[in-house]
Amino acid sequence: MNRTTSFRTLAIAGLFASVAAPAVAADTITVASWGGTYQEAETKAFFKPTADALGITIKEDTTNGLDDVRLQVTGNAVKWDITELGADECARGSKEGLFEKLDYGVIDKSGINPKLVHDDWVGISYTSVVLIYRTDVFGDKGPKTWADFWNVEKFPGRRALSSSQATETLSVAALASGLPIDKVYPVDIDGALKSVDKIRGHVDAWWTSGAQAMQLVKDGEVDMASIWNGRAGTLKKAGAPVSFSFDQGVLTADCMVIPKGAKNKEAAMKALAMFVSPQLQANLPLYVDNGPVNEKAFETGKIPAERIKDINSAPENVKKQVLQDAEFWRDNLVEATEKFNNLIQQ
Amino acid sequence: MSAQSLLLKEAAGPGQDLNAQALRADARRESLRLLALLAPSLFLVCAIIIVPIGWLFWLSLFDETGAFSAANYARFFEQASYIKTFITTFKVAFIVTGACVLLGYPLAYMLSQLPRRAASICLIFVILPFWTSVLVRTYAWLVILQRKGLINSWLIDLGVISQPLSLANNFSGVVIGMTHILLPFLVLPLYASMKTIDTDCLRAGMNLGAGPAATFRQIFFPLSLPGLASGVVIVFVLCLGFFVTPALMGGGKVVMWAMRMEQTTSLYSNWGAGAALGVVLLVVTLALLGLFQWLLGARATGVWSSR
Repeated sequence: MNRTTSFRTLAIAGLFASVAAPAVAADTITVASWGGTYQEAETKAFFKPTADALGITIKEDTTNGLDDVRLQVTGNAVKWDITELGADECARGSKEGLFEKLDYGVIDKSGINPKLVHDDWVGISYTSVVLIYRTDVFGDKGPKTWADFWNVEKFPGRRALSSSQATETLSVAALASGLPIDKVYPVDIDGALKSVDKIRGHVDAWWTSGAQAMQLVKDGEVDMASIWNGRAGTLKKAGAPVSFSFDQGVLTADCMVIPKGAKNKEAAMKALAMFVSPQLQANLPLYVDNGPVNEKAFETGKIPAERIKDINSAPENVKKQVLQDAEFWRDNLVEATEKFNNLIQQ
Repeated sequence: MSAQSLLLKEAAGPGQDLNAQALRADARRESLRLLALLAPSLFLVCAIIIVPIGWLFWLSLFDETGAFSAANYARFFEQASYIKTFITTFKVAFIVTGACVLLGYPLAYMLSQLPRRAASICLIFVILPFWTSVLVRTYAWLVILQRKGLINSWLIDLGVISQPLSLANNFSGVVIGMTHILLPFLVLPLYASMKTIDTDCLRAGMNLGAGPAATFRQIFFPLSLPGLASGVVIVFVLCLGFFVTPALMGGGKVVMWAMRMEQTTSLYSNWGAGAALGVVLLVVTLALLGLFQWLLGARATGVWSSR
């Protein structure tokens, strides 16, 4: 008897909730990112403060990238109001017309590299590809530049590079052929492939995920590798005998977009404006090694001075690195990747 | 059919036509009724197998602009990596299947000869890893085989070798990992078919003067072939679609067809590009299965065609 009553109460409550829902829905947005520790950091740095400040609810989801967005947009089933992507994916998706235009009256773009500010996408954070080596093998005299990495006589040892991120490996190969960092773009693809051809016989593993790169270095399966700075930082913090620096790093940006047909565009725009603001951007490096995209974040005073030198997008470190050109890869990705695969998949 | 014609012959006379008509109508009704009984399962097969595969094939005929084209197939010849990947896939499948037969046949034979209790205990050891995730087992092999892994550190400590062997992140790593994972798929059907071999046949052979080797060669082995054939087919087909183990154990140097599908699907903004790879694999696999059945004949392949 009691049970029936409580069910009835619940049902009635549910009825009221569903009537009230539209009013609530206007203030709820769904944001998708890559999951894992990175998204946890974003939750603390961006999502929670934004939800509190705007008085909205931010629901989270995870994405596998551009394919997911394309599926939602072309299938008229857009679940997300904002989603994160790699910058080259943003450039490709933009060409396919998958995103809503951004309103830079709402979003303040000052402090963000103009290369990452576009009609329908904007940068959100940076990752770097860096050279890591094991100090138990090389001491502190390990390979410092990509030319060193390519020099198999002076630095004998096992090597790993990325095969899944062909564009990053091609940038690295261009640097290894001796190009200065400001001459890498536009990448001479055939020249870079020639450079890959020189090293490929000495590559003991081609990694396809960040976790794999980390495992290869951690277990000593390789002595040197290209690796994302977040993974390199995790290894170092865990006490692995490794060394890396931002010299000749390859900076890749992540970006955020509002998928075309997003249900709550206006609130999404306001939230995105918060995410890229210097105050919230400055939170990100407090939780994770991915650097803020807005350089004004370094002027907020929120980031401790000794932390700044370890952040890949700190002005001092940006000077040492090459920024991946998203629009160059939008136009050359397929051709370059196929050629790269032909070379390494023997 | 023969019973019908017999009836027709006996019923020579004026009623013959009428009788034949009635019989034919009866046969038609019967087959329609059988078809009606089959309908739900036919519908299910159609809905979950034929329609999706047809759709996959349909998708593979369009390029990224949505235009009808053969570009997704032309790519296999324009880019050398596709053919290489395809050859690698079959090379791995043949070697792993061979290794599974070499290891699995003696194992299944031993299991089939053991007393029932001992056999069921041993079978648990075959089935137990079967229940563990493929990912976990692959990582376990990585821990065992890699440069500073168990095998290399033991061998170096024992002074057998001075330089570590490269066992992981290459072709041999992929073969070792996949053989371990696929072995139960060969052992289980083979064991089941060995268990059904009538021991009286073997005794009869012995009685007629055949030694143990001749009995095995002339009686036991031919009778175990159907089980072996079905195990081989299962292992071979599973090999062709393998992803996790080659991706983790191959060090990026052993790229199999399923990995290629994943790369192609994410590279092209077009489902057709990946679909074409699926269609090619399906067609080649079916052709190979047909060839296999033709080669081994109905006798050995009785498991999947009960003739």
